[in-house]
Amino acid sequence: MDVLNPMTYDAEEDQLRDRTKYSQMDKHIIPVEFQQQPVSTGTTIVAVEYDGGVIIGADTRTSAGTFVMNRFTDKLTPLTDQIFCLRSGSAADTQAIAQVVTYQLDFLSAEMNEPPLVRIAANCVRRMIYQYRDDFLAGMIVAGWDKKLGGQVYSCPLGGLLVRQPVTLGGSGSTYIWGYLDNNYRPNMTKDECYDFVLKGITLAITRDGSSGGCARIAIINKDGVERIDVLGNDLPKVFDL
Amino acid sequence: MSSIGSGYDLSASQFSPDGRVFQVEYANKAVEASGTIVALRCKDGVAFAVEKIVTSRLYESGSNKRVHNVDQHIGMAVAGLLADARQLLTVARDEAKQYKHDYGVSIPVKYLADRLAMYMHAYTLYGFVRPFGCFILLAAYESDGPQLYGVEPSGVTYNYFGIAVGKAQQTAKTEIEKLKLSELKLEDGIKEAAKIIYQVHDEVKDRMFELELSWVGKVNDGKHERVPTKVFEDAEKFAKASLEEADDDDDEM
Repeated sequence: MDVLNPMTYDAEEDQLRDRTKYSQMDKHIIPVEFQQQPVSTGTTIVAVEYDGGVIIGADTRTSAGTFVMNRFTDKLTPLTDQIFCLRSGSAADTQAIAQVVTYQLDFLSAEMNEPPLVRIAANCVRRMIYQYRDDFLAGMIVAGWDKKLGGQVYSCPLGGLLVRQPVTLGGSGSTYIWGYLDNNYRPNMTKDECYDFVLKGITLAITRDGSSGGCARIAIINKDGVERIDVLGNDLPKVFDL
Repeated sequence: MSSIGSGYDLSASQFSPDGRVFQVEYANKAVEASGTIVALRCKDGVAFAVEKIVTSRLYESGSNKRVHNVDQHIGMAVAGLLADARQLLTVARDEAKQYKHDYGVSIPVKYLADRLAMYMHAYTLYGFVRPFGCFILLAAYESDGPQLYGVEPSGVTYNYFGIAVGKAQQTAKTEIEKLKLSELKLEDGIKEAAKIIYQVHDEVKDRMFELELSWVGKVNDGKHERVPTKVFEDAEKFAKASLEEADDDDDEM
């Protein structure tokens, strides 16, 4: 790879990357046509702050092109006991980022003798995405609770931006529910209102986005810890489906 | 007052038979020879008062300050060898900069004190370097209140309510213990600190000195800075007035 100008397209490098995407074993499990497609968490991810914590949710589909690799994925990945990240984009990239940041935060919390701030976690994620912006395809949301500022949601999209927002969406499915958010989100909603908002949003996105599907996984994070709720396919709220 | 090392004091990599590292103790002597610092952790902030001894009339006033800023929110006051302190200041600023770069938030003063202590301690382990001859005081006003940390040449750090370091540390400590720090407001604390400096200052041995006052607290939103001119003048007046009162008392006796 040309180190001096990293933006140059290197055909050899690209082909090598394609060839090494799957191990020999996988070739027998995954149908041939799908082996050239990168594995992505197509995804819908939602996060919203409420008074006392945050509520985060995601769909459960991992796809390789049109093949559904995993129909019950867990895209809500813990970085610390009370800070989670929501992953969208390349499955491998986001898993790698989450792994590295978990290590960094673990080390930091041992040095500081207290749980890390959500902002620090978000910064670590953002710095990795920014540093490798030409290589990674990762759009992540970091959300959690800490003693200093309570519940916080930080958006860390593709290029390496960091911004705190009271509510945010991510992933390919999010495009279909921005209108729903604009119409239905109000500041200072109660915990139950936020839960309904998140669940409905994911359901609507699953209905319209081919890369999102399966069930909805939701987590409520506050000072008392994390409560995880999995809403299975047939329990999702009913929406008008032509 | 000098204890003889008798051969076990040649380098920091040696222990004495009774378990002391003499080089570190000698570093403390360098600290004890410097002008006094009084630091008070009041109810809503931390005050630094430093007796900066001036050895010649030819020096420009305000040169060789002993109170500095590490980040916007942390103040550092130094006692001992100023050149050593300058290096530690650079190290502290680097740590603060790196923390902000890595984690996006300002460095907590406790963490900075630990890092600085680790650095100073490293210089007490080897024979080819000498320990730092300075005592570093770090002050900040954070979300859980005012914090005052001190780092000794040995690399030990403590969290203080109040501390005096330097020539007159014993006398100043007695004065500090008379104050009720948990109820003292910062505006009053700065005056008390200035008063103690004037009280313990030795007119005979060190004729000229400059007083340096700085504070960090609720009053300036957690940004460490030298006190405003008005506050400085009030504090000096208060200090000098109390000196005269003490003189008057002496006369009556």
